[in-house]
Amino acid sequence: MNRTLCFRRLRALCHKETLQIIRDPSSNIIAFVLPVLLLFIFGYGINLDSSAVRIGVVLEDTSPEARHLTDNLYGSPYLAVTTGLTRSAMEEALIAGQVSGFIVIPVDYGATLKRASKPAELLVVTDGSAPNTASFVQNYLRGAWNEGLIQRTDEQGKPAMPNITFESRFWFNASAESRNYLIPGSITIIMTVIGTLLTSLVVAREWERGTMEALLASPVTRTELLLSKLLPYYVLGIISLFLCVAIAVFILNIPFRGSLLVLWGIGSLFLASCLGMGLLLSTSLRNQFNAAQAALNAAFLPALMLSGFVYEIRSMPAAVQAFTYLVPARYFVTAMQTIFQAGNVWPVLLNSSLFLLMSSVFFIGMTALKTRRGLE
Amino acid sequence: MDNAIVCLESVQKSFKGSSKPALTGFSAAILPGCVTGLVGPDGAGKTTLIRLMAGLLAPTAGSIRIQGLDPIANASTLRDAIGYMPQKFGLYEDLTVLENLQLHADLRGLLGQQRSDTFKRLLDFTDLARFTSRFAGKLSGGMKQKLGLACALLGQPRLLLLDEPGVGVDPISRRELWKMVNSLADQGIAVIWSTAYLDEAELCQHVLLMNEGQLLFYGRPAELTCRLQDRAFQIRNISVNRRKVLAMALCRPDVMDGVIQGRNVRLLLRPHATPPNPSEFNAGANAELVPVAPRFEDAFIEALGGGPGGYSELAQRLQPIIGENDTVVEAVGLTKLFGDFAATDHVNFAVKRGEIFGLLGPNGAGKSTTFRMLCGLLKPTSGTARVLGIDLKTNASEARQQLGYMAQKFSLYGNLTVKQNLMFFSGIYGLKGSQQQDMVKSMTEVFNFQALLGRKPDTLPLGFKQRLALACAIMHGPAILFLDEPTSGVDPVTRREFWTHINGMVEKGVTVIVTTHFMDEAEYCDRIALVFRGKIIAAGTPDQLKAQVASTANPDPTMEDAFITLVQSQSDLDVAKQNQSTPAPSKQAPANKETP
Repeated sequence: MNRTLCFRRLRALCHKETLQIIRDPSSNIIAFVLPVLLLFIFGYGINLDSSAVRIGVVLEDTSPEARHLTDNLYGSPYLAVTTGLTRSAMEEALIAGQVSGFIVIPVDYGATLKRASKPAELLVVTDGSAPNTASFVQNYLRGAWNEGLIQRTDEQGKPAMPNITFESRFWFNASAESRNYLIPGSITIIMTVIGTLLTSLVVAREWERGTMEALLASPVTRTELLLSKLLPYYVLGIISLFLCVAIAVFILNIPFRGSLLVLWGIGSLFLASCLGMGLLLSTSLRNQFNAAQAALNAAFLPALMLSGFVYEIRSMPAAVQAFTYLVPARYFVTAMQTIFQAGNVWPVLLNSSLFLLMSSVFFIGMTALKTRRGLE
Repeated sequence: MDNAIVCLESVQKSFKGSSKPALTGFSAAILPGCVTGLVGPDGAGKTTLIRLMAGLLAPTAGSIRIQGLDPIANASTLRDAIGYMPQKFGLYEDLTVLENLQLHADLRGLLGQQRSDTFKRLLDFTDLARFTSRFAGKLSGGMKQKLGLACALLGQPRLLLLDEPGVGVDPISRRELWKMVNSLADQGIAVIWSTAYLDEAELCQHVLLMNEGQLLFYGRPAELTCRLQDRAFQIRNISVNRRKVLAMALCRPDVMDGVIQGRNVRLLLRPHATPPNPSEFNAGANAELVPVAPRFEDAFIEALGGGPGGYSELAQRLQPIIGENDTVVEAVGLTKLFGDFAATDHVNFAVKRGEIFGLLGPNGAGKSTTFRMLCGLLKPTSGTARVLGIDLKTNASEARQQLGYMAQKFSLYGNLTVKQNLMFFSGIYGLKGSQQQDMVKSMTEVFNFQALLGRKPDTLPLGFKQRLALACAIMHGPAILFLDEPTSGVDPVTRREFWTHINGMVEKGVTVIVTTHFMDEAEYCDRIALVFRGKIIAAGTPDQLKAQVASTANPDPTMEDAFITLVQSQSDLDVAKQNQSTPAPSKQAPANKETP
C-alpha cells in the first residue's frame, strides 16, 4: 500500500535534490558567494553615520574669541575644516561641492561677545540639496558654539553654566554604529534571497524540463514531494545563516549577545516561511522566469524596503506601516537585531517567533494545497 | 475485446479557457502484446490522451479503465503497472545515467537483488552499460530516449506509455528503439507510441488516428490502407517539369492528392475514378502510370477530405524573379563551433537559381545552424556564406533584403494582430504606401486571413500561424526563400498546401532552401544534402541518393533507408580512419559512434 510518507522515497528525492544543488553553480553562488558579498557591502560599503563632514570657515574676524571657536571646530573628529578669508571664495567652494557648508565669523564677533550687550551672530550657510548633511552641519555648529561659550566663561572664572545639561547614551549599540544594526538586518535579506529566490526556481524547473511529469507518474506522494523540496534547501539556508553570523562576528566584529540556539530556532521559522513562499510561487507559476520575478517582488523588495532594516518603519505613512505587519522579514529583522545587540529578550523574540510560525504554516499549507497529484 | 488492458469509453477532455475540447468522444480498446500508435499532427490530443491514461489528468466525461481500474481512483495500485515516458524523456540532466535509474528504482521500491538484476537487464537491453557515469544531459538524443525508456521500465509495467519518443532522435536510434519496443510487446506488454510521423503508423499493430481531438480511425493500419487499394499511382519517366505535371494533376477533380517523389509524381485518385492516361498531364511521350501500394498518409488525407489542389494563388500574384547569375547561394567550408562542439562542420554546397534545395537530417543535426549562417543571423566560426555573390560576413544587411526567412518556431509577434504583423513585416522590408497596402490585401486574400485580421496569432491554430509566417517572409518579393522546418507539426493537408505554394513560387524563379526532418518531404527537392552531426554526408538528387543504396535485398529503398545506410557507411568510414591514425582498440569504436 502507498503510505503518505515513505522514508526510502523521501531519502531518494532528497539525495537527488542535494546532488542537483551541489552540481548547479547558480545555487552555490546564491547560497555562499552572494551572502559573503552582501555582508561586505553592508559591512563596509553602506554606512549611515556621517563622518568628517567638510565645512569651511570664513574668518572675517581674527579676535581670540573667533580663533577659539575655529580651534574647537578643528578639534572635532566629525569635521574637516578649511578656512578662507572671503565669503565669495567659500561660496564658490560650496557650489563646487568642496564643502557641505560654511560658517562666517563676522568682523564684530569678538567685540560683540566681549560687550555682551547683544547676542553675537554667526552666519551658517549649508547645502540644502543634501538636507541630512545640512542639518548635521547646523546642529554641530550650534553644539560647538555652545561648548565654546561654556569653556570661555569657565576660563574667565565666571560660571555661566546652563541649568540643564544633556547627556545622551545609546543603549544596545553604545557607539551608535549603523553597521551593528545593518548587518543583522542584512542577514534577513540574504535569508530571503536564499529561501525564496532559490526555491522559487526549483519546482518551476522540474515543470519546465518535464521531470515533474515523470515524478507524478511514479508512486511519489504529495508530502514526499513537498518535503524533498523543503529539507535540502532548509539545510542550505541554515548553513548559510551560520556562515553569515560567523562572518558578522569574527570578521566584521559585530557584537553578538544572544544565544545560538535561539538564533537557530527563529532562523528556522523564518527560513520555513521563505521556503514556503518560494515553493508556493514556483508551484503556482510553473515557469522559472515568472517565479523569479514574482519572488523578487513578493519577497526581496518588501524585505529590503518594509522590514525596517534600513528604512525606519515609524517614519512611513500609516497605511504602509500597517502593511509591514504582513511582511515576515519585519519580524526577523527585529529578532535578529535583538539577538545580536540586546540578547535574548523573550517578549520581543516570542512575539516575532509567533508571527513567523504563522506565516510558515500559511505558506507551506498553501503550497501543500496547490501541489496536486495531477497536471491540472 | 475481453483481454484489453485499456478501455476508453467516450472519453472527453476539455481544458479551462479553451473553447474547443482537447478530446471528443474517444472509444477504443488497447490490447496487450502489441504496439498501438497514437498518430496525428500537433494539437491532435495525443499527449492529453496519454496523460489521461497515466492518471495525471481526469477526463471531463466518459471513463477510462486500465486492467479494470480507474487510473485516478486506483492510482497507487496502477502506478506499478504503468510505465510512462513523457516528452523530452523526463530525465534529470544534471544526474548521471546510474543516478537517474537509482532515483526511479528508489521511488518504485525496487531494492536488493531484484534491483541489481533489473539494472543489469535494462542496461544490457538499452546498451547503456558503458555510460552509467555520464550525465544525462551529455547523452545524444537516441541515448536519452533509451535511458528514459529504461526508467519507465523499472517498475515492470504491463502498460508502457511513450509520448513522442521519436522526436529529436536520429533515424538509426529510432530503428533501434522500434526493435526494443517490439521485443517488449512480444513479452506481453501493451506499448502505446505517440507520433506525428505518419510513416511510423505503419509499424504499429494498431493505430488510433487522431486529428484536432477527434478519433478518425481505430484499428489495424492495413485495414485503412487496403481501402485505398488500386487508387495510388506513380507517373514515371516524366520528361518535362514534374512540378507542372503535379500542379496539372492536382487540378483534376478525380485526383484527391499528389506529391512529388524524386523524378516521379505520386497520385491518389478519388474512389471509383478511372486511372487517367499520363498524356492528359502533358507528362511527355514516355510517361507511364504505374500502380503503387497505398500508404498510411493517403488514408489520413482521405479522412481529412483530400488535398488542397494544385493551384497556388500566391505564386500567381508574385512578380517573376529574373536574374543572371547562376549560383545564388554558396557555402564554402562553413563551420560553426559552440565551445568545442561543431554544430556545423566544414559544410560545402552551392544552390542554383530556381532550385529547391533541401537540408535533410534529424533534429540537432545542425540544419538550423547552417541556415542561420546563410541568412546572416549567425557569424560562422570559419568559412564563407554567400548569397547572390554577397559575402554575409561583410554585407549581411544588403543580402538580407534579397532573402526571405521563415524560422523553425513561430517567430512573429504573438500579441500583435494578424494585420499588425503583416504591416510590420512588410514595413521593415521597406514596403510603403499603396504598395504595402496592396501587398497586405493580397496576402489576406491568398491565405484567407479576412476573418482573422483582428485576431492575435497566439490564439490561432498552428496551420494558420505557419501561413502567416510564410506570408510575412515573402511580401518583399525575395529572390531566395529560406524555410526552416516549415511544415513541422502541421497536418498533411496543410503540408500539401505549403508545397503547392513552394512549387508555384519556384516556377516564378524563386530559389528555395528548405530544412526538414520528414524523410519523405525531401522528395520534393531538386537536390538534397543529408546532414548528420554537423556534416553533409551525402548530396545529390533524391533519386541519386536512393540509387546509391539500392541493393538486391532492397531494390526500391525509401529516403529513410538511404539516410540510414549512408550514415552507417559514413561512421564505418570514420571508425576505419580513426583506427588508421591511432591504433586504438576497436572495442572503443561504438562508444565514439554514440558521442553527440
